[in-house]
Amino acid sequence: MAEPIESDQQEEIRDEPGRHIGQPFRRVDGRAKVFADDLHFPRLCHLKLVRSTVPHAKIEKIDFSAATEVPGYLGSLTGRQMPKPFGILPVSQDEHALCIDKVRYVGDPVAAVAATSEEAAYAAALLVDVEYQPLDTIDSVDTALDEERDRIHDYGDGANVHKRVSMRFGDVETGYAEADLVLEDTFFYEGNTHLAMEQHATVAVAEDEDRVTVFSSTQTPHYVHRALAKVLELPPSRIRVIACSNGGGFGGKSDIFNHEIVAAKMALELGRPVRITLNREEIFYCHRGRHPTLMHLRTGLKKDGSMTAQHLRTALDGGAYGSYGVASTYYTGALQTVTYDLPRYRFDGVRCFTNKPPCGPKRGHGTPQPRFAFEVHLDKAAQQLGLDPADLRLRNLAEPGSVTSNWLQLGTVGLRRCIEAVVAGSGWRERFGKLPHGRGLGLACGSYLCGAGLPIYWNHMPQSGVQLKLDRSGGVAVFCGEAEIGQGSDSVLAAVVAEVLGIELADIRLCVADTDLTPVDLGSYSSRVTLMVGHAAHQAAERARMLIAKAVARRLDVPLERLVFAERRVFDAADPEQGLSFEDAVTLAEAKWGTLGTTGSYTPPRAPGKYRGAGVGPSPTYSYSAAVIEVEVDPETGLYRPVHVWIAHDIGRSINPVLVLGQVEGSIYMGLGEAMMEEQAFRSLPRHLSSALVHKTPSLLEYKSPTFHDMPPVTSYLIEDPDPLGPFGAKEVGQGPLLPIPPALANAVHDAVGVRIDQVPIHPHMILKALDEKGRGRQARYGPAAFPEIDFGETLIVPTPAEGGDGRALDDPEKRKAHDMVGETGTMSSRDEALKAKDRALTTK
Amino acid sequence: MLRLPPFDFHTPGSLAEVLEIVAGEGPETRVVAGGTDLWPNMKRRHQRAERVVSLMAIPELAGIHAHNGELALGSTTTLEDTVRTRVVAERFPALARAVASISSPPLRNMGTIGGNICVDTRCTYYNQTEEWRRSIDYCMKEKGTICWVAPSSPRCWAHTASDSAPVLCALGARVEMKSKQGERIIPLTDFYRDDGIEYLDKAANEVVTRILIPDESDSTHCRSSFWKLRRRGSIDFAVLSVAAAVWTDDGDRVTDARIYLGAVGSRPLPVTGLAECLEGKVLDEETVSEAAALARKTATPMDNTDFQAQWRGVMAARYTEAALGEIAGLEPRALPPPHLL
Ligand SMILES: Cc1cc2nc3c(=O)[nH]c(=O)nc-3n(C[C@H](O)[C@H](O)[C@H](O)COP(=O)(O)OP(=O)(O)OC[C@H]3O[C@@H](n4cnc5c(N)ncnc54)[C@H](O)[C@@H]3O)c2cc1C
Ligand code: SF4
Repeated sequence: MAEPIESDQQEEIRDEPGRHIGQPFRRVDGRAKVFADDLHFPRLCHLKLVRSTVPHAKIEKIDFSAATEVPGYLGSLTGRQMPKPFGILPVSQDEHALCIDKVRYVGDPVAAVAATSEEAAYAAALLVDVEYQPLDTIDSVDTALDEERDRIHDYGDGANVHKRVSMRFGDVETGYAEADLVLEDTFFYEGNTHLAMEQHATVAVAEDEDRVTVFSSTQTPHYVHRALAKVLELPPSRIRVIACSNGGGFGGKSDIFNHEIVAAKMALELGRPVRITLNREEIFYCHRGRHPTLMHLRTGLKKDGSMTAQHLRTALDGGAYGSYGVASTYYTGALQTVTYDLPRYRFDGVRCFTNKPPCGPKRGHGTPQPRFAFEVHLDKAAQQLGLDPADLRLRNLAEPGSVTSNWLQLGTVGLRRCIEAVVAGSGWRERFGKLPHGRGLGLACGSYLCGAGLPIYWNHMPQSGVQLKLDRSGGVAVFCGEAEIGQGSDSVLAAVVAEVLGIELADIRLCVADTDLTPVDLGSYSSRVTLMVGHAAHQAAERARMLIAKAVARRLDVPLERLVFAERRVFDAADPEQGLSFEDAVTLAEAKWGTLGTTGSYTPPRAPGKYRGAGVGPSPTYSYSAAVIEVEVDPETGLYRPVHVWIAHDIGRSINPVLVLGQVEGSIYMGLGEAMMEEQAFRSLPRHLSSALVHKTPSLLEYKSPTFHDMPPVTSYLIEDPDPLGPFGAKEVGQGPLLPIPPALANAVHDAVGVRIDQVPIHPHMILKALDEKGRGRQARYGPAAFPEIDFGETLIVPTPAEGGDGRALDDPEKRKAHDMVGETGTMSSRDEALKAKDRALTTK
Repeated sequence: MLRLPPFDFHTPGSLAEVLEIVAGEGPETRVVAGGTDLWPNMKRRHQRAERVVSLMAIPELAGIHAHNGELALGSTTTLEDTVRTRVVAERFPALARAVASISSPPLRNMGTIGGNICVDTRCTYYNQTEEWRRSIDYCMKEKGTICWVAPSSPRCWAHTASDSAPVLCALGARVEMKSKQGERIIPLTDFYRDDGIEYLDKAANEVVTRILIPDESDSTHCRSSFWKLRRRGSIDFAVLSVAAAVWTDDGDRVTDARIYLGAVGSRPLPVTGLAECLEGKVLDEETVSEAAALARKTATPMDNTDFQAQWRGVMAARYTEAALGEIAGLEPRALPPPHLL
């Protein structure tokens, strides 16, 4: 960065192109990646989990006697040896490494065996005999709401309800009264899974009776570290977690998984290294993917298209455990207000426990479902109001820098430019509504977090930390807890440091995602890494630059402000010949200051919302996307094919445009998969014959995800308008571009053949059915009939900023505190305290 | 990873040795060609073998030869070699299209044409791991007692999965089998049985050596077509396929017509009444629709593969129209599946 030093402020934006920032460069981790399954150690043995074959039952007996006869058998474990519960959220500590007295879904791990080979471990696992006493099978939200049935967990909000949420921001009824059109719709979004190419693997190496290193495919080594300490009942300092390179994550590796804990325990028990690599079927059971969600929307609009109020209701089928589910439930409501101005908003949500693999966060976490509903709903509204869907959206754009009705602080909003780009690129104005029967265009938008504002457990520490070590070699070692999951976070980290210090990527040595060696970063989830790690790296690098600059300024007798770091040199801006090589400059600094090291850290700004549930939704800033899809539909068969996708994404500033485009295109691919075919669907057998409830297609052949052949051509536009809240102005791109895809497809199908498909995936038979209905003069629609009557609990009433609110709910905070569950690792109610401490930290800075 | 169970593996260099090993050994011995069907099935433990005998080291089993107008496909000819053989592509384009649609390039490099006509019937209650099948207490096809697709049915409805089979049936192909006892040649249509479990008329000790396609299906008066319905442009098995062969006289009048439907029954299903319906007529919009209605009646799609079963039945009609329409040179009506683009 050819620019004099001013300060070590991290908010400063550098708009001009950098040496690395904004340039396409080869990713720094591109070659010779080592995945957990590649690791080998002397005396390595193999672990296999025995999984439940019944959906819901008490465990009566576990008999290992036949298994122990298998040649190569080494040992076994049951849940009783690991009695402490765990779970990613402090409020949902409801999992055990192995089930203790009951199983909750087909695939729930009940026991583990280790053997000298993978074949022997599998053979032994098949011989473990488990006796069960069946309980009621809960297979849907409907059955979960039934008070009469056996409960899957003994906590939650009654029956098999995990969480009920109800909140109101402003007077929605007044909004409806002011509206010219009040539109109601019911939508369904089927569950689907992440489908990362790399299958989860863990290798645990015991170094002593009470010391273990765990290598794992994980997006969140820090949270795995905490859970291991809890369940193994060891001090965290005896446990080292190293996240290996991940072959994709998409949220599917951001929980703590049974096999990670069991591998560590088995390694400690046997005193030898243990490996487990899950097979594809087991990954469908680990899941934590998209929640199947039924939704109801009621929105008031004026003739000109502006929205006056919205009421959203969601019902989530959560599967058998809590996982991130409480957050997922809030997320189905939280980001509705970020894209368009919604002056009054009400949200009710419920998450149920069912006997299926647990759902959790998948790319877009909880927001693609309501985004689908909202964007299709708006398309219908435009149709009814006689407006162009693009204009309707442009009329409602959220105001940059504003605070939304549900108290989210927005940063820059690039949505206008996104819409304009795809409208121009697709020829929308000339072609929408005018293509021949069977061809159509659909438009939709979306927005997403650039990192969750709050950590998963309340604490007063930074969310991201970076350390630099510099020495006379001229090389810079960068230490950070971030986990590379294929998205390119290593490259972002290296580029930020290299840019600030004016050196090359080759001069940087990274050490990441190692809980013994690297400062804590919370992990690769919620699109937080570029923003948070980027800021922390920026700060650490600026501090190092200052140390070097001071030493060099003295030697050259040049004022500090005139020094430039570029081209591996430190020199005088007024006389570029006057300078030192970077290596010599570091040598000088090392002589002056002693051993060189700096740190940087990042804590997101404080969010204005202070009501219960306000912790989900805040982010330093938000990214925006818009997409247009052109589709070809055959009215005779219902078969259809997307023929082109135009997408624009408000990235703030690209650190590496190649990686950004990779994320955009990957999101389109994944979004199309969800919209067209992917289903985490289940089979029940005839009730009078069996209580089985199994995953329909737990394999890569039968769980349909698009191939190269099914991917249409894509035109992507990166909207660059640096956001002061992002490092170098950067925002997220990992998740946002997925959001507009499913609704854009549904809207395009409507433009092509005039029928509404109010659910995804859109199967051809649905189009044919809707066309048939249309032909009979009935509603030209396929989708869920109605939203059930659900008790969402007491409604939290939060006055909006426009109503002069202060971000708090109207009801008594003491009552709330008592209501919250207190977990061992933190509580929801200690939030106020955490916020206060953060305030102090900010004011003392 | 799912691992294979232990078994003895033999790779004899002559057919005589193979026939010796399989003679009288019963179901614990199986032959394998490309293994693209057998190995996954053994990993999932719904097919088992104590002993597996490979056919791949026997030179005379591979290769494609024409004599007296009849085309003989050696059973271990790979799918890729079948597609690449010019005489197949030129004389039997529907067969070439069917074989080219099978799975993906790596599987076509390994899989064989003999393996393809013997490929196991499929069902989403059956093509699952041992643990999964335990969870439903198995089914009639393997270890269990009930058919979950049709619980009151006495039979298994697993569907035929081979893409070459319906085309070869339509073309009137015959299959040659050898065993220690001797050799027999039967029409391919008789090779298949209408049962998901005992789906082949082939004893465990019989090895398929050749598939013979008659000259008559190679006249200027025979035109054939193959349409395959599946979710994606690659990898997927058919959820419905339509193989049509039509013979006409000099005046374009139909003299004979055969359509076989794949994946909507336990064997390639002949569309009944087709020849009577079309004989003496010219293929046009109207006759094609009549034939399509017959196909709709023939198909028995079950809820044991991808896509809604009822819609697959509707598609049997649409794809029959498409296949016959292609033969007649009519304006295409259905959206072409991606592999045809
Ligand atoms: C992911 C995937 C996708 C697939 N997609 C398709 C598809 O789209 N269409 C399709 O038709 N198939 C498909 N298949 C199935 C399979 O790949 C092909 O049918 C292939 O042609 C099988 O040939 P093979 O030589 O590999 O058979 P093998 O696995 O070697 O054998 C199959 C069966 O036939 C028996 N057998 C083989 N050769 C002989 C012989 N000469 N005599 C007697 N018995 C014999 C074996 O004992 C075994 O029971 C797919 C398979 C997979 C795994
Ligand atoms: S059709 Fe019935 S018996 Fe046959 S494999 Fe399927 S479930 Fe089993």
